[in-house]
Amino acid sequence: MAGKRNGEAGAGADMRLSEVTKRFGGFVAVDTLNLTVPRGSFFALLGPSGCGKTTTLRMVAGLERPTSGTIHLGDEDVTLRRPHQRPVNTVFQSYALFPHLDIGENIAFGLRRRGVPRQEVRAQVADMLRLVQLDGMERRRPAQLSGGQQQRVALARAIVNRPQVLLLDEPLGALDLKLRRQMQLELKRIQTEVGLTFVHVTHDQEEAMTMADTIAVMNDGRIEQVGTPGELYDSPASTFVANFLGQSNLIRGSVARADGDMVLLDVHGVRVAMPAARSRASAGDAYVGVRPEKIRLMLADADATSNGENEVTGVVTDVSFVGVSTQYLVRTPWGQELTVFAQNIGVDDRARTGDDVRLRWAPVHTFALDADEPIDAGADVGEPSAAAAYPPS
Amino acid sequence: MSVLAVPGTAAPPPAPPSSDEHRRSRVPYLLLFPGLAWLAVFFVVPMAVLGSQSLQEGSIEDGYTLTWHWQTYTDALSQYWTQFLRAFWYAALATVFALLISYPLAYTIAFKSGRWRNVWLVLVIAPFFTSFLIRTIAWKTILADNGVVAEVMRGLGLLSWTDDRLLSTGPAVVAGLTYNFLPFMTLPIYAALERMDRRVVEAAHDLYASPFTAFRKVTVPLSMPGVVAGTLLTFIPAAGDYINQRLLGSSQNNVIGSVIDTEFIRVGDYPTAAALSFVLMISIVSLVVVYVRRAGTEELV
Repeated sequence: MAGKRNGEAGAGADMRLSEVTKRFGGFVAVDTLNLTVPRGSFFALLGPSGCGKTTTLRMVAGLERPTSGTIHLGDEDVTLRRPHQRPVNTVFQSYALFPHLDIGENIAFGLRRRGVPRQEVRAQVADMLRLVQLDGMERRRPAQLSGGQQQRVALARAIVNRPQVLLLDEPLGALDLKLRRQMQLELKRIQTEVGLTFVHVTHDQEEAMTMADTIAVMNDGRIEQVGTPGELYDSPASTFVANFLGQSNLIRGSVARADGDMVLLDVHGVRVAMPAARSRASAGDAYVGVRPEKIRLMLADADATSNGENEVTGVVTDVSFVGVSTQYLVRTPWGQELTVFAQNIGVDDRARTGDDVRLRWAPVHTFALDADEPIDAGADVGEPSAAAAYPPS
Repeated sequence: MSVLAVPGTAAPPPAPPSSDEHRRSRVPYLLLFPGLAWLAVFFVVPMAVLGSQSLQEGSIEDGYTLTWHWQTYTDALSQYWTQFLRAFWYAALATVFALLISYPLAYTIAFKSGRWRNVWLVLVIAPFFTSFLIRTIAWKTILADNGVVAEVMRGLGLLSWTDDRLLSTGPAVVAGLTYNFLPFMTLPIYAALERMDRRVVEAAHDLYASPFTAFRKVTVPLSMPGVVAGTLLTFIPAAGDYINQRLLGSSQNNVIGSVIDTEFIRVGDYPTAAALSFVLMISIVSLVVVYVRRAGTEELV
């Protein structure tokens, strides 16, 4: 494997999963998954607990064998290779540092196994310690380090081998919020610096969006949608993605007319327009979606011209002030509660509970989804605790 | 207990403002008292008696007087050093064999036995349900001259160096020791393996370690506390044991425990017996200290 080592930026190869399925007994953890991770990218596999993301990662690492399907790294089929024969390294959720070895030896473990000469091992370990800012900690034992430091050792221990693909399994799950933010930036910096392909598994949508170039949203062993954070957020392809990534207002309606670039939908008697490209439904029933922060809220007696914006009316049922914004719940005439986030720009211009209001948003901020999906898919799913993800069930 | 004698606490506890504090500081000593008393009566006092006995001269009939006769030690050692060495040699062999048998056994139970794990553990402990003596006497039958084991080994020519006998030989004693102390080796190793984080082994595989290398570099070091505990629990009692030698060995391969027993009970040479006991204890303690230092268990987690 020593021959594959390559320190240049953009080293590595595309990773391809074709029709990969993994069953544990009768349970299908991963269901005919197809995925291509371009080399050098920071790729996130995002999904709730039990969606199969960790199992997918373990199959790439070789710690699980797919029931069917193939995994390629570049042109090589690695599906049946043992873990120690794959040019892939993992940063484990629990870090799994070797408790009987000091930090230096933990980092050197992979290099030594591949027979890298002693001198070079020393030099590379020193480089890594500098990269993860743990200089001088070489002789400490893992138990003597804080969680954040252990996380960085786990990272250094994997990166030092310059794998073609670096797998990160919820690596920040055990850290507190502040440290987590800091490590997110750090990871991103390191990825840019070493230029390796990172595949990051997480259930934290914010983490995935801040760090990854490309996100694949997983649910029930399948990929729901792949795209850049912006694409996923602005044009979710399914109700699951719409609800799991941020919040969405989804309103049931039907396609009234599709002419040219625009689609007109009928939503409880109100006409809603949107670009045809943003609609996943061309006829029949559909969910009309809009993000809460895209909606402008104004009192009913204010300015009545809508400038081609979509508009629904309603009554404010709840106002909560959250500092940077105010969060409103507005009940529509058909009884649904919509969420609106309004920036606190003016002074004391907030609507009060009971006020009649108009909600307006631009057609380009509207999306439409297939009405056959459950409306609340992905709404309240998360990871109960970081530890619950192991073993993959 | 002298700590309790600070002024103000000697009397039954009236209630000065700090009585609560005093009571709390007294609790650990009260809790330790039964153990310390036991240790004093059944260990410290007998040790002193034994030490003094080893330096006395006289006879059972005429009584003994303390004469600081250190020569008893040198005499006893020069007379019985072979039995000393033999005892340590047998104990060492038994420890090595027990380790060779126990490690794979403990590994299998900890990692490969699945739902049969508890059955296996009960099987390991099951011999304790029968007395040590009876089990050792059973081995007499197993290794008897006309038994299957001896017959087969004789047939294979493996017993040509012991006058075609298995019973009464050194190997029989070592076999008995190995058998009798096996659970003391297996259980600590099992406990160490069982509480090991298996993900660390996965990490080793992920970092290019083949299954064997991962075993050598990760599993073995992490199970060392169990190995050290097991070897101590086997070696220490095996070095002093003489039941196995009495029942499975012969006068040709006496061990030091057997000599001490004879000197005390049959010969009645108390000073020599006491001196031998002391030397045995001190040599075991020194060996253990050196071993634990070398094994460096304090560095393990």
